[in-house]
Amino acid sequence: MKDEPEIRIGFYVCHCGTNIAAMIDCQAVARYAAQLPFVAVSRDYKYMCSDPGQELIQRDIKEHALNRIVVASCSPLLHEHTFRNATEKGGLNPYFFHMVNLREHNSWVHSDGSKATAKAFAQIRAAIARVPHHKALEVLQVPIHPDVLVVGGGIAGIHAALTLANAGKKVYLVEREPTIGGHMAKFDKTFPTLDCAACILTPKMSQVKSHPKITLWSFSEVVKLDGYVGNYQITVKHKPRYVNEDLCVGCLECIPACVFKTPKFPDEFNQNLGKRKPVYIPFPQATPQVVLIDPEVCLNLKTGKCKQTCVEACGDRQAIDFDQRETFDDIKVGNVIVATGFKTFDAHRIPQYGYGAFPNVFTSLEVERMINTSGPTSGAIVGRDGKHPDTVGFILCVGSRDEKTNKWCSRTCCMHSMKLAQLIKEHCPRTEVYIFYMDIRAPGKGAEEFYDKSLRMGIRFIRGRVAEVTDWAVTPEEEGRLVVRCEDTMAGFVRRIPFDMIVLAIGKEPQADAQDVRRLFNMSCGTEGFFLERHPKLAPVSTFTDGIFIAGACQGPKDIPDTVAQAGAAAAEAMVLIDQGHIEIEPNTAHISEVDCSGCKSCLPLCPYTAIAFIETTKKASINAALCKGCGTCVAACPSGSITQNLFEDDEIFSEIAGVLAYE
Amino acid sequence: MKYAYFPGCSLKGTGRSYEESLLPVMRILGIELEELRDWNCCGATAYMSVDETKACVLASRNLAIAEKTGHRALVTPCSACYLVLNKTQHYLKEVPAISNGVGKALGAVGLSCHGAMPVRHPLDILLNEVGLDAIKQKVTHPLTGVKIAPYYGCQIVRPYATFDNAYQPTTLDRLCEALGATVAHYPLKTRCCGGSLTGTMPEPGLHCAYQLLKEAVKRGADLLATVCPLCQFNLDGYHDQIAAKWEPVRLPTLYFTQLMGLAFGLAPTQLGLQRHLVPMKPLLPVTA
Amino acid sequence: MIEYTRVIKHETDRVPGFGAEVMRAPGCEKLASCIQCGTCSGVCPVSIYMDFTPRQIMALTRADFKDDVLRSRTIWLCVSCYACTTECPRKIRITDIIYELKQRAIQSGYYPEHFAVPVLAREFTDMARANGRITESLLVMRMYLKTNWLAALGMWRLGLKLMSTGRFSYTPEKIEGRAELEKMFAAIDTPIPDYSPSGAPGEETKGTQP
Repeated sequence: MKDEPEIRIGFYVCHCGTNIAAMIDCQAVARYAAQLPFVAVSRDYKYMCSDPGQELIQRDIKEHALNRIVVASCSPLLHEHTFRNATEKGGLNPYFFHMVNLREHNSWVHSDGSKATAKAFAQIRAAIARVPHHKALEVLQVPIHPDVLVVGGGIAGIHAALTLANAGKKVYLVEREPTIGGHMAKFDKTFPTLDCAACILTPKMSQVKSHPKITLWSFSEVVKLDGYVGNYQITVKHKPRYVNEDLCVGCLECIPACVFKTPKFPDEFNQNLGKRKPVYIPFPQATPQVVLIDPEVCLNLKTGKCKQTCVEACGDRQAIDFDQRETFDDIKVGNVIVATGFKTFDAHRIPQYGYGAFPNVFTSLEVERMINTSGPTSGAIVGRDGKHPDTVGFILCVGSRDEKTNKWCSRTCCMHSMKLAQLIKEHCPRTEVYIFYMDIRAPGKGAEEFYDKSLRMGIRFIRGRVAEVTDWAVTPEEEGRLVVRCEDTMAGFVRRIPFDMIVLAIGKEPQADAQDVRRLFNMSCGTEGFFLERHPKLAPVSTFTDGIFIAGACQGPKDIPDTVAQAGAAAAEAMVLIDQGHIEIEPNTAHISEVDCSGCKSCLPLCPYTAIAFIETTKKASINAALCKGCGTCVAACPSGSITQNLFEDDEIFSEIAGVLAYE
Repeated sequence: MKYAYFPGCSLKGTGRSYEESLLPVMRILGIELEELRDWNCCGATAYMSVDETKACVLASRNLAIAEKTGHRALVTPCSACYLVLNKTQHYLKEVPAISNGVGKALGAVGLSCHGAMPVRHPLDILLNEVGLDAIKQKVTHPLTGVKIAPYYGCQIVRPYATFDNAYQPTTLDRLCEALGATVAHYPLKTRCCGGSLTGTMPEPGLHCAYQLLKEAVKRGADLLATVCPLCQFNLDGYHDQIAAKWEPVRLPTLYFTQLMGLAFGLAPTQLGLQRHLVPMKPLLPVTA
Repeated sequence: MIEYTRVIKHETDRVPGFGAEVMRAPGCEKLASCIQCGTCSGVCPVSIYMDFTPRQIMALTRADFKDDVLRSRTIWLCVSCYACTTECPRKIRITDIIYELKQRAIQSGYYPEHFAVPVLAREFTDMARANGRITESLLVMRMYLKTNWLAALGMWRLGLKLMSTGRFSYTPEKIEGRAELEKMFAAIDTPIPDYSPSGAPGEETKGTQP
């Protein structure tokens, strides 16, 4: 500070309406600050973040020749940026500003006014002791690569990819299944409008395929991510489908030609209700329209002994390639949108409901496929015994709102079950349909009306969580049927109701490999395992890693409208960065003094952002400021003390501590 | 293998055929059960309804004595004892108010209980220590053609399902199959028999027993296999009342240890079968 | 003649703090999380005989309706099978809550004279404390004598059968360490609660007579 002019601090305490002033005596704080060293101006004001508040700072800088600013107000998360701007507009380097959080750290959490005011004295004393040591810092600018990677080809990934591509951005869409479409492709109709899912989804799927700005990689997975916001290097693995995607024309002639005359292997797309052959296409509108061969069951791939009738059928096209191996592609993108979706709850985990034990207990997703005209039963509702049920019971919250399985509400099962119930009623009006629920959750546009329609259609709602599904019959009409035992909590007694078919409304869970994906893309998960957004309200599609966005059910259970809205939001967030052309990086980064670094490498494995590299030529560590998040781990770990961090230098921290402790 | 053994009051009274069959069967399999010296009543569910701390005091005296033996586990065949002893261990660890009271009471007579002795059911020992293969080797008179409804009752699977699934237990099913018997599909295998009510509120208690017996008859079972002395008494003792109130559902209820004894070639009288009110003789020609 | 029963509840019918007190007992804390789903009632093997379902007992307890809860037949019907505790989606230990309610009912005499369940519990604890063991045959005889000795007569056939099969004990089982046991209990004895049944105050409401 020797060569610098005399330190002149401007101090401002904000009332935040009554948020701070009701607990802390702001005028006393201002008076206290006025007599602290270097303080040239000390004021209290009702709303420092308002325009007059900011102008006050700017005017004082000029009139009182201030060169440091301290504002004691709310959380830096909310207004640090505001006051740094005001400081800069006043003609100072914005990092000559420091903020004290008198609201979250003090007035909101205390109930004794005089003690809170005393604590405020200590807080501002620390800030005023620290701020003279602040240095002028420059914001780093990093260019943004304009391409975007979208991971997951469900409705979220599809919508995000199309939004970006339509705005002229180059998009890579990576999907691990053989086709895009995700869960929505399995749905028959969508609530609450009952428009056909395929009619609204498949056009978007073919747009993805034909869009000049989209590279679609199905049956592929992201295996590596390096770099930082604006400059990510990605490696994508393409799994062998034993069919050359460029040569296959989707004629499907190989399928009837297969040596397996009849389909005999479980058809995953139809929830294993139907059968497929070793060479297959998941469903008629699959995108890309390319077959694949299942190496687990293909005779040629398993034994090498097969007449290869499929190759014969393919003929000149020569698309079938039994020697296909995994291949890899390396790409560069500026932003990533993770839209990896959800997994449905495994109903075996609640044995009381008899899934797997009783043939006529189905999951909601199985019934969804069944009711679809292109599904395994061509739209007919039939039990595994081949009979059409006269009575169907839906059990809600299977694997939701249950501390023994998943605590959270899966958000869509009430509406989804009502939809299936309505469709069953439409297909066969005489069917008695019961819905067993704990609470009907039908928020959202048109949802309450949909609930009302269900009631008017004669669907019977019983408020009670089902205790068990049993084949223990106590009356003649229960014989041979599935009996639900449940308290009808509205009526106040226990009932036994026999059914021909039970449908379990299974909840939504994080994908089985969500933790791997989280690590791959440097994200966080909530306790339940869904990806964590940066802020639940104000940054719902951002993550804690810049340039990595999330959309859809990988962030938490949600319906199609919410998923699409999030996908659009994620695309817009990515476009903000792309159109800025560059990103500004907070200068609170760490840096290494090359002279002092001993090259011991102990900092390298500690950095959670892989921002530190070892330079072989100099034998010294080096920090990439664009990757550094300013966590300080390396600073604390460096044995030679050669790493320092802007805004957290020793003299800054020690004076701050001394300032707190100096207050009696 | 040697274990500390807590028989519980019933096995010295109405359920004595349980002990009479348990001990020889375990001996055949090389397991010695050493009865706890001067054990006392576990307190059962009745004491819990009056005073939880005192109930735990009663149970913990046994745990303290068991810990002193140095055996690897305390084996108790009665479901109520199994539950109460496990629950006491649980409370000693988790509820300071109770563990303080218990500590004080035990301290007054120079005893202490660390809660370190596992409390296990013979079924657990048989399936997880002895193993089905070793049991099968001892079977000389397989129970071929006998259809058994495996009845677990409540308190060995709930709430401390330590060795089997609480909803779909299979240990008893697998044991019966190992003895050569056929196992009936029995949906009520973990439903309560009502035994604790039969003495005090007969109708609800007997109704539970009636439902269990009726379903076993319907499923074509020749007998019910049980693991609990109270269940055995409740399902065996009240056929007259059940027949008068509802309909006759006569079916014998045997301890799983008696079934094992029969399969191992022991005589029915060595296993206390003569003590049962519903005779099983005509059903088990293998023992003739 | 129509007999009218009062079906409206006023705030004066509550005993404020009752629910909170129950929730402070060991194992009963989670009652606060109850969502009234009715799983407990559905799995209960004896709920069909209850005046209030277990779910209703949870609601009444939480809402401080002490009188309705402690007078209800439900708490005495509980067979301690733990099905509700095992299945509750909120992991509420319902069986333990029922134990807590039974204890409170016994302590404050909330049950009719000659009512067998609390009498059996009392006889059981007395015998366990005095002898260290339970002799079932003698325990049951004592219970019948104190509640309904006529019912005992109805059981003579069963008694005879038990005698003939050697399952009836004529003399009480006693442990050697009876003095030790008594010393243990004495160390934590609190003033003995009044077990005597009282004509509980207030007017008759539906379903209070077990």
